[in-house]
Amino acid sequence: MDSRTLQFEEALLSMDRLRCQTLLQEAMADEGGLAGVEKVVGPSLARIGDRWEAGELALTQVYMGGRICEDLLGEFCPAESPQAVGGPRIGVAVLLDHHQLGKRIVTSALRAGGFRVLDFGQGLEPRELARRVQREPVAILMVSVLMFNSALHIRDLRKELGEGPDRPRLVVGGAPFRFNPALWQEVGADAVGHTGVDAVMIAQRILEETCAQ
Amino acid sequence: MCAMTSAQRVFTTLSHQEPDRVPLALNLVLRGARELGLGMRDYFSDPTHVVEAQLRLQRRFGSDVLFGFFHAALEYEAWGGEVVFTEDGPPNSGEPVLGPDQSLSTLQVPDLAGSPELLKVLRAIETMKARVGDEVPILGVALSPFSLPVLQLGFDRYMDLLLSDREEFWPLMAKNIAFCQAWANAQLAAGASAIVYFDPLASPTMIPRSLYLETGFQIAKQTFAGLKGPTVTLLASGRTLGVLDDLAATGTLGVGVSCHEDMAQAKTVCRGRLTMIGNLNGLDMIRWTQAQAEEAVKDAVAKAAPGGGFILCDTHGEIPLDVPDDTLLAIAEAVQEWGRYPLQRAPVHA
Repeated sequence: MDSRTLQFEEALLSMDRLRCQTLLQEAMADEGGLAGVEKVVGPSLARIGDRWEAGELALTQVYMGGRICEDLLGEFCPAESPQAVGGPRIGVAVLLDHHQLGKRIVTSALRAGGFRVLDFGQGLEPRELARRVQREPVAILMVSVLMFNSALHIRDLRKELGEGPDRPRLVVGGAPFRFNPALWQEVGADAVGHTGVDAVMIAQRILEETCAQ
Repeated sequence: MCAMTSAQRVFTTLSHQEPDRVPLALNLVLRGARELGLGMRDYFSDPTHVVEAQLRLQRRFGSDVLFGFFHAALEYEAWGGEVVFTEDGPPNSGEPVLGPDQSLSTLQVPDLAGSPELLKVLRAIETMKARVGDEVPILGVALSPFSLPVLQLGFDRYMDLLLSDREEFWPLMAKNIAFCQAWANAQLAAGASAIVYFDPLASPTMIPRSLYLETGFQIAKQTFAGLKGPTVTLLASGRTLGVLDDLAATGTLGVGVSCHEDMAQAKTVCRGRLTMIGNLNGLDMIRWTQAQAEEAVKDAVAKAAPGGGFILCDTHGEIPLDVPDDTLLAIAEAVQEWGRYPLQRAPVHA
């Protein structure tokens, strides 16, 4: 881990947006463009996610770090850049519940990782979400839940998404899956993630597997 | 030792003495609807349903407390939110009370007398008290003024307020404290023995301790100063170890310990100061065999029960409907077998 990445991590945790911006500008100058940003942002968010998993940091720090990164990337990586327009789309949604914290963190991490994200919203019924996905297809659908009974309704969503070759891969996250480690398989998901960085790594893995096929 | 009543058992352990056995607190609020064969909306529409079902479940599973609690969304509803009912889980809160463009100044502290759903809870507590007298403690529940804005404003907006707009934050806290005190005191007046102060945002899982000390900690102390009865504090399933000293300093009597934490380690901090409540994993419980249930009880008792100051409970605040009755009965039997003082098993130290 280089010192700039560590400095960026500390600036994120202090919510010092200006310092974060300066560090990214320096990284871009040194690396000759957006490669410098990628070299700093991904590893910093990964360490913050790991430190939250280890109980060293709080979820608000993860959340605010993701928001600052998303914001700065919007500045450094404008809408018409290849990073912003290329690649498959990833859908995010909250099933049944209205608590958006997990979806917000995942969205920030995915955008900071260079993915295109389509936000389907929250409080969605399984059938309603499946229909929206049919209308606006995504390669991967990442679904967050808060309540245990909402997690069980992932089964209904999985059924509604069908079995066709174009079915989006279904990735789940949220408190019930942290407390019951086998639950994601029981409800028919393709993968489970517990942090924003998990979401990025799972998306990369799924897209690599899809390309290989 | 002679058998104690449930109330004697609970209050003895809360005073850090060893009762006749470890008290058991099972949160079975939703199971009441199934007990009576009612849908969730029907069940909560009439307080006599809740009383009848909770008394039956308390007797069947040997719980040492009664919960006068209906569901967390009731308070949100009193502030103007719209509750979402489902048949397989707790009634849930819908969209935040305030829309993105609505000013905080438009939030009005609800009048209890004008909140019919809250009055049903008070009637349920009064009826429970009339039925059990002083034999079984009744717990009321109040959302903390500090955590309530997640439902009032949504998480994004609340984080912006908490982290960067203290001029708007504190007036909102003043309203929420006024409501919390009024609501908690009304439950105490109706017959609740203590208030469960539900404060998920206070957990180090959610916010850094430094931020808690500036905000949620001060709010808890201010709120408790106006209550006419004792509290225990639950942080949902979040971690507690980093703030146990601080929670003790708020004046609360007990704390819910997360199932992700080591009870022996928590006991070293809590001994003689805070009663530990927990820490069975309610979601994992769905898959437990009866032998696993017994082992979980034995483990928790060995780590947390020596010297009193321990109530065996789940860690989430509601045991899912999917947990089989046989598992709950196995927990109840195990606490009878392994939770009797003097304890049979050597204590486990951190």
